[in-house]
Amino acid sequence: MAQVHFSAGLRELTEGLAQVEVDASTVRGLITALDEMFPGVGDRLSEASSVAIDGEIFTDAEYEPVSENSEVHFLDIFQGG
Amino acid sequence: MPRTHITTVINGDETEFLTEDGTSLLNALRDEVGLTGAKEGCGTGDCGACSILVDDRVTCSCLMFAPEADGTTILTVEGLADSGDLHPLQQCFLEGAALQCGICTPGFLMAAKALLDKNPDPTETEIRYALAGNLCRCTGYDKIIRAVQEAALEMRGK
Amino acid sequence: MAVTEENPGYKWVGTRPIRPDGLEKVTGKARFGADLVLPGMLYGKVVRSPHAHARILSIDTSAAESMEGVKAVITGDDFPDLAANGAHPSDVDVANNTIARDKVLYEGHVVAAVAAITREQAEAAAKAVEVTYEVLPHVLTVDEAMADDAPLLHEGMITKGVDPAPEEPSNIASKILHERGDLEQGFGEADAVVEREFTTKPVHQGYIEPHAAVADSNSDGRANIWCSSQGHFQMRAYTATVLGVSPGTLKVTAAEIGGGFGGKTVIYLEPLAVRPSQRAGRPVKLVMDRDEVFRATGPTSGTRIKVKMGVSKDGKITAAEVWMAYEAGAFAGSPVGAAGMTAIACYDIPNFVVEGYDVVCNKPRVAAYRAPGAPMAAFAVESVLDELARNIEMYAIDIRLANAAVEGTQAAYGPKFPRIGFVETLEAIKDHPNYTTELGPNQGRGVAAGFWFNAGMMSSATVHVNENGTATVVTGSPDIGGSRQSMALMAAEELGIPYESIKPVVADTETVGFNDVTGGSRVTLATGAAVVDACRLIVEDLRARAAKTWDVELDQVEWVDGQAQHVEGAQPPLSLNDLAAKSGRTGGPISANASLNSRGVGAGFSTQLCDVEVDPETGVTRIVRYLTAQDAGRAISPDYVEGQMQGGVVQGIGWALNEEYIHDTEGVMENPSFLDYRMPVASDLPMIDCSIVEVPNPAHPYGVRGVGEVGIVPPMAAVGNAIHDAVNVRMTELPMSPVKVLEALNAHDE
Ligand code: FES
Ligand code: FES
Repeated sequence: MAQVHFSAGLRELTEGLAQVEVDASTVRGLITALDEMFPGVGDRLSEASSVAIDGEIFTDAEYEPVSENSEVHFLDIFQGG
Repeated sequence: MPRTHITTVINGDETEFLTEDGTSLLNALRDEVGLTGAKEGCGTGDCGACSILVDDRVTCSCLMFAPEADGTTILTVEGLADSGDLHPLQQCFLEGAALQCGICTPGFLMAAKALLDKNPDPTETEIRYALAGNLCRCTGYDKIIRAVQEAALEMRGK
Repeated sequence: MAVTEENPGYKWVGTRPIRPDGLEKVTGKARFGADLVLPGMLYGKVVRSPHAHARILSIDTSAAESMEGVKAVITGDDFPDLAANGAHPSDVDVANNTIARDKVLYEGHVVAAVAAITREQAEAAAKAVEVTYEVLPHVLTVDEAMADDAPLLHEGMITKGVDPAPEEPSNIASKILHERGDLEQGFGEADAVVEREFTTKPVHQGYIEPHAAVADSNSDGRANIWCSSQGHFQMRAYTATVLGVSPGTLKVTAAEIGGGFGGKTVIYLEPLAVRPSQRAGRPVKLVMDRDEVFRATGPTSGTRIKVKMGVSKDGKITAAEVWMAYEAGAFAGSPVGAAGMTAIACYDIPNFVVEGYDVVCNKPRVAAYRAPGAPMAAFAVESVLDELARNIEMYAIDIRLANAAVEGTQAAYGPKFPRIGFVETLEAIKDHPNYTTELGPNQGRGVAAGFWFNAGMMSSATVHVNENGTATVVTGSPDIGGSRQSMALMAAEELGIPYESIKPVVADTETVGFNDVTGGSRVTLATGAAVVDACRLIVEDLRARAAKTWDVELDQVEWVDGQAQHVEGAQPPLSLNDLAAKSGRTGGPISANASLNSRGVGAGFSTQLCDVEVDPETGVTRIVRYLTAQDAGRAISPDYVEGQMQGGVVQGIGWALNEEYIHDTEGVMENPSFLDYRMPVASDLPMIDCSIVEVPNPAHPYGVRGVGEVGIVPPMAAVGNAIHDAVNVRMTELPMSPVKVLEALNAHDE
């Protein structure tokens, strides 16, 4: 099961939970699973521009694979200059 | 609008053009003569991107009215290389990576040429003050100052 | 130069040849946005709001339209109403910032545009457009905007990120929050606690080239656009959205760009040139003057930031509490999100709360500026850390070493860091002679550090081998600071041919695959990776062609030094030149494409050491000496890595000492010129010493991290800390102008 972490700003959507375990093989699967656990969270997460999987930051991570022991963090939107 | 007929020598060639009284020399050079090397960064004399030499004096062409150029001799960045041979300043700017975006470069080259023509062996401080009318937002000036020092050295060696 | 890992025998990567586009730039031939002239071209001029906040009651264009030479006058009504069409809110904001519909939200907000045969006619016509306004009360700062009864910019703005969602609208677009551990316990463990409040003003990117665009529309609805931009694919997308057309109908060519620093990742002029061009059936050129650049293009946020931090006697940070509010300007979207993630990212802190607010106010919409959001937060946090170090009598570098994030540290924003080079930058400072140079009277030394993520995103590249064995490398990333050189160096390394044999080109939106903007320090990393991928495909192809020529198996062929070699030396080598000349016989022209959404972004750190001299009589601060140490991962092009480092530092020095937006009480900008908005000039500065640290990014083929942004994060605190060291006053407001330093000195004496 992948470990999914939420920044404090997202926890309003996750009943205050900072971390959950989710069974999924891609980020998209993970978002779908999370949306079932916490209805509405999917839209917010899809809007968040970046996802960190095991420390590596991705933009548009929808199809990125997530492994058994992955640590996944959803990050606030940021932009480069 | 009545247009005035102007005769100048630009980069060694006698050049004639028509202009309105209120037109800046910068716009006349860019629009009428087709020399777009001098750039407009501000139009108010504060950035030096439009620097050219008018009768050997470094001048903000955005502040000069085009009709005032009648009878003068003008050098722009396009005329700095001697029939294809780069001026030592141009060569040193290239070798010393003294430009990033390059929008300020024509102005710096002309201002630096004016300095070295007058003072072939300037100190770092003299270079910094001579170029204080030229803004560069990319480089932090370090490599520009070094390139001018290098060019001065080379020109003295000749 | 500090090198932490030896160059593994690269021939081109890491060298300093002359840049490919240099010659045209020193001879005045390079064509920037405003240099293009087309036959029959009209000149455009934009009409802007004189008010900070007002309702547009009517716009009368009839007088302007009847003037001599005028070919088109347009207003907001000439564009689709995206809000009514149910477009995404961020697209609606882009459109409404490009041209106002019913309200103007800042002084300089566009209300109309004209196109005429001459510049002078366009200017006269712009003045003749009559706009009637109902002036509304305005808010200029986060304090005013967050006040209880503040006038609202957007009636429907409900703060995001708050639970439960507020019922009433406000000027707060969103809230962000990061927390870990137990703040109270953390402060309980501290031996010293410092709490300070900081304010910073909006500052402008200050690129020397004003925005410029030329549009040429055809009667079939297609249009060509040339513009000065950091990302012509992005410009195409935004422009298509605002015009309500398909992106495929627009072809955008990136002119040479005269600086951007983030400020040219957004659109301002393009749709305002296309629409009149359609009306008039002629090309239209729009160029801003400097005054417009200041009044209407993106500065970065003014802020208010409160920081409280505690340390134990041994220098360990036990707790940090950060509260910040960032001005977004007229539309939601300040970089407070990045600020929240970067504020304490340099350090391993067990207990923290970082809280931030994105606040709209009646100033121009902020745009990205080098490491957007990070510098202001770093000014606050690094100033407090300096004070804490003094309180426990520890050296500034050492307190940072004691808390520095390393590989495996869980960053404050969530994930664990992969291999990073922060500690190496701190050590590079300590090892440099500047660290121990003796200071004179009224001089002081300051240290500060900074972090930036760097970015990856999408890039495409095409490599063509020409018939003579040279190669053309085509990308779609506008070259803003020498990236064509990096592309050529990596391609030379991969193909094994001389750098001079490679011609790097930035192509238009129809000639190469999609590329995200040049921003986020991503081009050498991501576009570079696409170039490397394409070159590797070429090398594969060349090996196969050599195998075919020799009638051997592929595994009998190696690619070494630009030639195919038989592993056993059974055949004379075939150079790229040989293979290219005979490409017709081995399968036709040699070319390859690569596109990617970059992985393996490598975080960047910078530590800086600043020596100042403060004149106690005048309050003037002079930079005496400056050293910057930055982890580049790998410096593909050391000249331009140093250039990015030095440029970032000097922008930061300007931000620290001089630069600020000044508005009068009506919300009108008072200093929209380079005379009054004073950026550093050569005589203000010493040389900027650079120490390039190379801790390769394990996820990039050459170890690149990206270098453009992090350099601007530390300077404000480095200067402030140096001022404190010199004259013992803590500066908490930017800019640290002579007046403010004097005030602080006088307050201190009392
Ligand atoms: S354009 Fe002439 S000085 Fe700036
Ligand atoms: S190189 Fe860009 S302004 Fe000087």
